[in-house]
Amino acid sequence: MEELFEKMAEVLIAGKEAEVKSLAQEALDKGAAARDILDKGLLAGMDVVGQRFKAGDLFIPEVLLCARCMHGAMDILKPLLSEADAAGVGTYLIGTVEGDLHDIGKNLVSMMLEGAGFQVIDLGTNITAQQFVEAVKEHKPDILGLSALLTTTMPRMEETIQALKEAGIRDQVKIMAGGAPVTQDFIEKIGGDAYGANAASAVDKAKELVA
Amino acid sequence: MLIVGELINASRKAIATAIEAQDQNEIQQVARDQVEAGANYIDVNAGVFVGKEPEYLEWLVKTVQSAVEGLCCIDSPDPKAIETALAVHKGTAMINSISLEKDRYESLLPVVAGTDLKVVALCMSDEGMPETTDDRMAIADKLVNSLLQKNVAIDNIYVDPLVQPVSTNIQFGVEFVNAIEKIMTTFKGVHTLCGLSNISFGLPNRKFINQTFMSMAIAKGLDGAIINPLDKKMMANIITAEALAGKDEYCAEYLKAYRANLFEF
Ligand code: B12
Repeated sequence: MEELFEKMAEVLIAGKEAEVKSLAQEALDKGAAARDILDKGLLAGMDVVGQRFKAGDLFIPEVLLCARCMHGAMDILKPLLSEADAAGVGTYLIGTVEGDLHDIGKNLVSMMLEGAGFQVIDLGTNITAQQFVEAVKEHKPDILGLSALLTTTMPRMEETIQALKEAGIRDQVKIMAGGAPVTQDFIEKIGGDAYGANAASAVDKAKELVA
Repeated sequence: MLIVGELINASRKAIATAIEAQDQNEIQQVARDQVEAGANYIDVNAGVFVGKEPEYLEWLVKTVQSAVEGLCCIDSPDPKAIETALAVHKGTAMINSISLEKDRYESLLPVVAGTDLKVVALCMSDEGMPETTDDRMAIADKLVNSLLQKNVAIDNIYVDPLVQPVSTNIQFGVEFVNAIEKIMTTFKGVHTLCGLSNISFGLPNRKFINQTFMSMAIAKGLDGAIINPLDKKMMANIITAEALAGKDEYCAEYLKAYRANLFEF
């Protein structure tokens, strides 16, 4: 079985969707648990994808293709994962702050988080503090991730944290932030919990926060 | 092709350092080099300096115009910064840019209304980034018509359909060039202009992609570009593409470039 998982990770990294799916099916047929296929096959592969992207060895379209492979195989596994398994390691609510329309980085972070087993709810771009507050109330995520790519929209992050405090729900959620101009210092200053410099470290930090 | 030289941009480290140190020589050298290489306008951008942008933009305009004859393309989303820079600008500047984002639209429209300024109209709205040709047309339509209503001549409007990286969606290149064609045929007399390096974002070998994409856009009617004019291959590529697109009578510009050794890299 281990060999099958390894092969699965390998074809996922190579972006071969049909093969990933048929290997996932084969593993199921041979009696592997859906959870193991996810962890030891797919997520192991996505982990490598994240590392290689960070190293500049894989490019954006390749990461997108790997994510599609992952989604394709998940279609097969989802009905077989128990509720607890499907919720994965935690729920992650993410969005780009008001006035900011950049979403490439946020989307990559979302994909890698999904790849790491998080259930991701993506609100999209240009999200106001109030919309974040409403969404936190509705979805009760473990982590809220804020993205900003413009120095002029960075203050919206602090305002969002402020709005969560005013709504009395700041303590119910961990807050992460990222985007090119954002720094560790900035996040400490505005009262966030963790910084993600890139998709791979975003995943590591998120795992730490829910551990 | 109207060339806007992009190099005096504070997001480039050397330029940011020169601005902070108020190093006139450095800025003026970059301005001169670009004009010599064929730039019609010199873009000036101090966007990374929150709070100090108006002051720095004003200094950039003065510094550039005391070194070269040319005109500036004032690059900022902030009307205050633009007005401060315009106040010291000699001749008719280009403004980069107005868009359909509410705040930017409402505050910049009065600045350009009834003037001779050249205006870049960026296809972006609060609803998000346009993805398809139709998305772009819907925004361009509103921008062009409201500028016309405010007595900006069509010949002074440069629509930027907004290039998005093809690494994130394989249709982004073709949707962009089709928008160029549709804008140029729908609004007779209007111009199109763009900075197109975003097309190659996220991929290796970016220069090659940018050049090829430039040829495709010129074939569809693109007649303005914000680029690095010191990039000899890009400039040669533009001159050649314009001849191939039927824009260069008797291949005069192409041959002139040949005689000036512009095809030797
Ligand atoms: C692509 C791009 C665009 C595209 C966006 C397409 C899209 N769908 O997102 C377009 C062309 C539309 C665009 C528009 C604009 N842009 Co822009 N854009 C960029 C560019 C080149 C790349 C950004 C990007 O996608 N990077 C790739 C991703 C993978 O990296 P990332 O976003 O940093 O994300 C990683 C990490 O930061 C982190 N991360 C990100 N988000 C989050 C969130 C969480 C929770 C966590 C944990 C981690 C995390 O993980 C990600 C993955 O590794 C940057 C320059 C640059 N090199 O950064 C300029 C840049 C950000 N843009 C800039 C500007 C000025 C603009 C415009 C205002 C331009 C204009 N003239 O109007 C508009 C603004 C639109 C708006 N209102 O938002 C400036 C910002 C300057 C400043 N001081 O603020 C930059 C820096 C360019 C520059 N040098 O001047 N832009």
